[in-house]
Amino acid sequence: MEFVWLIFLPAVAALFVPSLFRRAAGIHTGWFVLAIPLVLFGYFSTYIPRVAGGEHAVSSFDWIPSLGISFVSYLDGLSLLFTLLITGIGSLVVLYSVFYLDRKKEKLGNFYVYLLLFMTAMLGVVQSDNVISLYLFWELTSISSFLLIGYWYTRDGSRFGALKSMMITVGGGLMMLGGFVLLGIMGDTYSIRELITRLPDYAGDPLFTLAAVLLLLGAFTKSAQFPFYIWLPDAMEAPTPVSAYLHSATMVKAGLYLVARFTPIFAGSSVWIWLVCGIGLLTLFWGSFFAVKQTDLKAILAFSTVSQLGLIMSLLGAGAIAYHTDDPLFRVAMFAAIFHLVNHAVFKGSLFMIAGIVDHETGTRDIRKLGGLMSIMPISFTVAFIGGLSMAGLPPFGGFLSKELFLESMVALKHFDLFSFGTWGVLFPVIAWIASVFTFVYSFYFVFHTFAGEKKADKLPLKPHEAPIGMLISPIILAVSVVAIFFIPNVVGSWLVAPAVAAAQPQLYSLPADAAIHVAAWHGPKSVPMWLTVGVIAIGTMLFTTMKSWRPVYALQPRNLSLNAFYDGLMSFSERGMNRLSRSFMNGIIRTYLIYMFAFLSVMTIVILFAKGAFELDMDSLSPVTLFAVLNAVVALLGAAMVILSKNRISAIIALGAVGYSVALFFVLFKAPDLALTQLVIETISVALFLLAFRHLPAMKTHGETKGNKLVNAIIAGAVGLSVTLVALSAHSNKLVASISQFYKDTVQTEAGGGNIVNVILVDYRGFDTLFEIAVLSIAGIAVLGMIKLRLAGKGSDDEKK
Amino acid sequence: MKLFIWISLIIIFLSMLGTLIRVFKGPSTPDRLIALDGIGVMLISIIALLSIAFDTMYFIDVILLIAIMSFIGTVSFSKFIEKGAIIDRDSHR
Repeated sequence: MEFVWLIFLPAVAALFVPSLFRRAAGIHTGWFVLAIPLVLFGYFSTYIPRVAGGEHAVSSFDWIPSLGISFVSYLDGLSLLFTLLITGIGSLVVLYSVFYLDRKKEKLGNFYVYLLLFMTAMLGVVQSDNVISLYLFWELTSISSFLLIGYWYTRDGSRFGALKSMMITVGGGLMMLGGFVLLGIMGDTYSIRELITRLPDYAGDPLFTLAAVLLLLGAFTKSAQFPFYIWLPDAMEAPTPVSAYLHSATMVKAGLYLVARFTPIFAGSSVWIWLVCGIGLLTLFWGSFFAVKQTDLKAILAFSTVSQLGLIMSLLGAGAIAYHTDDPLFRVAMFAAIFHLVNHAVFKGSLFMIAGIVDHETGTRDIRKLGGLMSIMPISFTVAFIGGLSMAGLPPFGGFLSKELFLESMVALKHFDLFSFGTWGVLFPVIAWIASVFTFVYSFYFVFHTFAGEKKADKLPLKPHEAPIGMLISPIILAVSVVAIFFIPNVVGSWLVAPAVAAAQPQLYSLPADAAIHVAAWHGPKSVPMWLTVGVIAIGTMLFTTMKSWRPVYALQPRNLSLNAFYDGLMSFSERGMNRLSRSFMNGIIRTYLIYMFAFLSVMTIVILFAKGAFELDMDSLSPVTLFAVLNAVVALLGAAMVILSKNRISAIIALGAVGYSVALFFVLFKAPDLALTQLVIETISVALFLLAFRHLPAMKTHGETKGNKLVNAIIAGAVGLSVTLVALSAHSNKLVASISQFYKDTVQTEAGGGNIVNVILVDYRGFDTLFEIAVLSIAGIAVLGMIKLRLAGKGSDDEKK
Repeated sequence: MKLFIWISLIIIFLSMLGTLIRVFKGPSTPDRLIALDGIGVMLISIIALLSIAFDTMYFIDVILLIAIMSFIGTVSFSKFIEKGAIIDRDSHR
């Protein structure tokens, strides 16, 4: 079966959602939608045994074969893991949304169309083997996420958040496209598998590092890494199912997927390792530190997501180190990354759903107003407790295992010697440990400040009560999984994680089974990570209980020194600054624009003429100058001078006529009777037209010209005249081929049967030009008529009323 | 013969320059107009002389045309000076 089509199944289903929403108004649309992720989840689950056995499945369909662009669905461990996350958590989120979104109040048609589009995009991102179609789906995730964040589009915050996330993720996506194209040029293919096999051909290419950095910019913006994480807290304006799905479990992990997918290509580059590892760790610390500052439930979760994504990112960077050393210590990192990715998707999804439930049942998400909900909402509390403790990394929850593995790989980093890790490597475990302490603090802060403490029922907008059971199903399933992962880590490890690790490091492992690491909850008293965890719990508990005394630290940060302020400043600068910039030269005065054009024209012509040595003067081919031609030229020049210098309009018109007549005389002198005839008539008519319009013209004014202005004009006019003269002279001196006019002379009688060469050329040899010049004249005539007759504005509007 | 033609051309040209000075200086618009009319006549003679010099018949059309144009131009200018407009609107419409 061509399962590449399954990527498009949600998008196709999205076509029917609006009509279902309208026709079957009695049933919540979400029930219909629920079938799609469930079917996909079931279908893709059947691949687990094959993929765990080291096989992979490919299905493709050519889109633009001539450019090498196709939709290739490539299922290996990594893409299967993500596919299952997307469809699995997708099903739970749809189920949750059925109870979260009101059937009558909300525009469910819109919501599920966006959500299904997003599902297609996400499946496409993780299954695509072709980088161009990967980019296509990548941008589709940005767009559908934009639509979902702005779902309540009447709110300012939603629109702002949607726009901000769009700007940042699409900007990063474009960078990533640049990286893809560079890779495509270097490797001469768009297929990721091909790129990996051809790696030795281009690994030393000077563009290789640039491609790595561009690709990482895409991954960092999407996965909310420092300093691009700022869009994620603002994206919390989205409905909670969206936050749970996009901004914890799937879309923000697209960047991690990208890094894992391209690790086999870029792992050799030290820039890659340093960036992925360093930025990941910085994000981990930054996110965990600022999560404690937040007072909004979803904002805490957003910062915690940022921080956890940083954790996984740094592990992916550490995983790339495994390429440089045989030490089995570093093989843990990639496993830990994927394992934590699964854990995070599970517990963060449940936490978001709980935040949504709290919001739904109490009417507020402000943690300062909440408290003491434990006895009112016992099930929600249990789920939040499990999720929160898993996030903090405590046993007996899944998060504990992956956190242990994380600390283990971070400790291992100081044993790595290449790329000056020997000097700085020691910082990694320290920062990671401090970040873990803060993670512990905000997890407890989230759970206990919401559910424990005194009841503040009078502050809540709604009377709190336990959520309906339908809303609780999804978080309960997730919470059960969190606990289950702790007790059966090796089942998850060997069926899901190990194949993904083997796919992310194909050069290191031939079979997924080789990549499996035995995860145990108890490492014995000698294990370093365990003592680190004990330290985290001890210091974390201390910090949590004394939170009131040290939390004012956050007030120290000035408002205008945050990254958000920087983003806002950048946006308003690019809008206002660019506005001012364009207004500074687009001043609306035609004189100025003409100055730009003529200055550019003359300067370019003269510079190129001399820089390229194109100027040449050949005096031999000139014809003799007759006295009368000189005299006539004097007349023409005098007339031209008078046009410029005349103080009133009528003398300028007369002088213009004189110039025209002397041109006619030139035509006579150079033996062109037809031209002379036409020129005389046209000149007379145009002078007459000037006089016709004369009465309507305003008096000659200076239009605010100053002496300086006139000087500039004179200089530019001189330069234009000079450049045209120089070009004419060198064009005359550089004739490459003889004129074809001899042919006309020879054949005007025999071929065309005429005596007047000019007229024969006009109507016979080149009649086409004449045809269209007739057309030009007719258009001009019609336009003049239209201009005079049709007066829709101003005075003419009176006629309209009649 | 050639010398004769060239001398005549130069004489006409000099007189053209003279009338051109009148065009420049004015002082009134009719002065300029009369000078322009004169220039038209001089153009005719110049072209006639030139066609003798070039030994060609083709410029006879030009001479006729200038004569007509010069007349029309002078008349329209005169009308413009008189009435401020060249083409009157039909008042008995």
